[in-house]
Amino acid sequence: MNPLVLWFHKLGSPPYFYRFAGRLVPWFWAAALILGAIGLYGGLVLAPKDYQQGDAYRIIFIHVPSAWMSLFIYAFMAVNGFIALVWRIKLSETLAMAAAPVGAAFTFVCLATGAIWGKPMWGTWWTWDARLTSELVLLFLYLGVIGLYHAIEDRRQAARAAAFLALIGIVNLPIVHFSVKWWNTLHQGSTVKLFGPSLIDSRMLWPLLVMAIATKFVFAASLLSRARVDLLELESGKEWARAEADAAEGRA
Amino acid sequence: MNPDPDTPPLLEARGLAFARNDEPIFGPIDFALRHGEVVLMEGDNGSGKTTLLKVLSGLVEPSAGAVLLNGEPLTLARLSHQVALLGHLLGLKGELSPLQNLRFAIGLGGLRAGITPNQALLSVGLEGFEEVPLRQLSAGQKKRVALARLLLVPAALWLLDEPYANLDREGIALVNRLLEVHARRGGAALITSHGAYAYTSGTPRRIPLKAVA
Amino acid sequence: MSYGTLWGACRALLARDLALLWRRRGDALNPMLFALMVVALFPFAIGPEPQVLGRIAAGTVLVALLLAGLLSLDALFRSDLEDGSLEQLVLSPHPLALLLACKIFVHWLTTALPLVAIAPLVGEMLFLPGPVQPVLLAVLALSTPLLSLIGAVCVALTVGMRRSGMLLALLVLPLYVPVLIFAAGACNAAQNGLPVAAPLLWLGAGLALSLVLAPLACAAALKISIS
Repeated sequence: MNPLVLWFHKLGSPPYFYRFAGRLVPWFWAAALILGAIGLYGGLVLAPKDYQQGDAYRIIFIHVPSAWMSLFIYAFMAVNGFIALVWRIKLSETLAMAAAPVGAAFTFVCLATGAIWGKPMWGTWWTWDARLTSELVLLFLYLGVIGLYHAIEDRRQAARAAAFLALIGIVNLPIVHFSVKWWNTLHQGSTVKLFGPSLIDSRMLWPLLVMAIATKFVFAASLLSRARVDLLELESGKEWARAEADAAEGRA
Repeated sequence: MNPDPDTPPLLEARGLAFARNDEPIFGPIDFALRHGEVVLMEGDNGSGKTTLLKVLSGLVEPSAGAVLLNGEPLTLARLSHQVALLGHLLGLKGELSPLQNLRFAIGLGGLRAGITPNQALLSVGLEGFEEVPLRQLSAGQKKRVALARLLLVPAALWLLDEPYANLDREGIALVNRLLEVHARRGGAALITSHGAYAYTSGTPRRIPLKAVA
Repeated sequence: MSYGTLWGACRALLARDLALLWRRRGDALNPMLFALMVVALFPFAIGPEPQVLGRIAAGTVLVALLLAGLLSLDALFRSDLEDGSLEQLVLSPHPLALLLACKIFVHWLTTALPLVAIAPLVGEMLFLPGPVQPVLLAVLALSTPLLSLIGAVCVALTVGMRRSGMLLALLVLPLYVPVLIFAAGACNAAQNGLPVAAPLLWLGAGLALSLVLAPLACAAALKISIS
């Protein structure tokens, strides 16, 4: 077999993944911290003031990467959910379900920072802007997936049901986005644009991109940490999980 | 009818096992059920008898192993009128009469040649109860309605979960008689029991299903 | 020996579910009463001025009917699950998706259609402007089957749970958002004298799509949750 395919197969086995992820997690956290520090320094200190919004715009260095991550993680969850449903790979079930709370957290951060930003810019905490509304629906979808997963007793059945819901959600999301946009323009004409027609200054762009990469590492690190715990719990009856638990006890 | 060793068995389980939350419920077990056979699956409470029947009928996917029906892998889509399941829940509507319930079962599952719902009710001893709402019948009488359904649908394989429960002595004899007739015409049945009642006619093959520690 | 046809199976299922509903015909009134009560609360909450009520009438009726439908969704598979009929349905040799489509149809007929029937009445209670009335009915005719179909998929996912009410609402409402937007959009357009064809066509497209896809999704979800 092709060595890459072979490695992929090995990665699918819980004990191998557990150890592999365990080695990666500290590096991911370190990368997230360092990149996050660089990105925030670049965004909050080095980047110039916006000619219209002053310093208030600087919240985009949290807000925009969170918004990107909220969609990215949903796609990640849905892809893993699809794999879990079609090929019944346990690791994919675990990854999809471990990603959901992280995604919900990013969605929440995106909504909260959006509201904080909205107060000085639009003069209101909340506006029924198309993007904000879609993001709110996205949060409900995440909460639905998490709620369904925890409401079913059998872990694997729960993961499959929640993965199925995630897939329905991915069909729903574009429809929601489209309909909300249609609805809003019908009511009050064009809404406030997040980015004006002007291109973003490169001194603002690079911290934004660095932050985007930093949030990817945050996601990867917390995903792997969560997945490791979930796998250990799922496989608690198996030899390797007991050995890991004993080893951890020995260290403590 | 003598089973021909060349034809595949009606039902075959190969290394069949089921686990919930990685806790084994039963198995792995191997067995085959040929045409004309009645097999008694014995096990204590909690030994996974009900789950086994759900796996064998295709309702639940096994964690490991395979179920073969006439030598072909069993999937829900391929059930094709072969399997009838009688579980703890009878699948009958209390608001409807036995006759209405049976007509629905025929519509859904087909009708065996040479029998009508009225005849089926007669042979399970429920003549005179055809039009009574089911919820006014006793638990044993409801069970008899479910047995009448088995007579009507053209399934060759009967999967019966505790068929003797709730039945009086006469009812137990009735189940045994139905099983005998079904086996004689080439059908097969797998019945579960925790051992208090027994299939008395003939010497059925017994498969112990041990509780997994 | 007859194995029965697919049409025969669907007919048997329709006949049985209709007979069952006739036995429990009192229950069919409950969603209607609920919708009436919700609508009756609005004048108390925001005042009886006809202008104010007329402006929110269409939206209120839509939301009240949507919530009433949501309450009745849980009953779709509940009794079949409890008496084991659902197992027999899944084990039947006929395509589960079509059988479920029949069940959804009966459910719509008995819970949503009465709601559509009282819509003119509740519209009148809220001073719904005359020209909007026919649009509201058209919208309801298109959107209530859509809501039943989408809802059925979510019910199938939660079918094994004891208390699924709150969770079901959480699963269903994000999926209902686009339907509500287009339904309300058509009513608002009618109220403002604008053309209503676009939102109605969107609803029709959504209905056509989910008529095909929702029963399939419902069958897949049901197989996951009864295993």
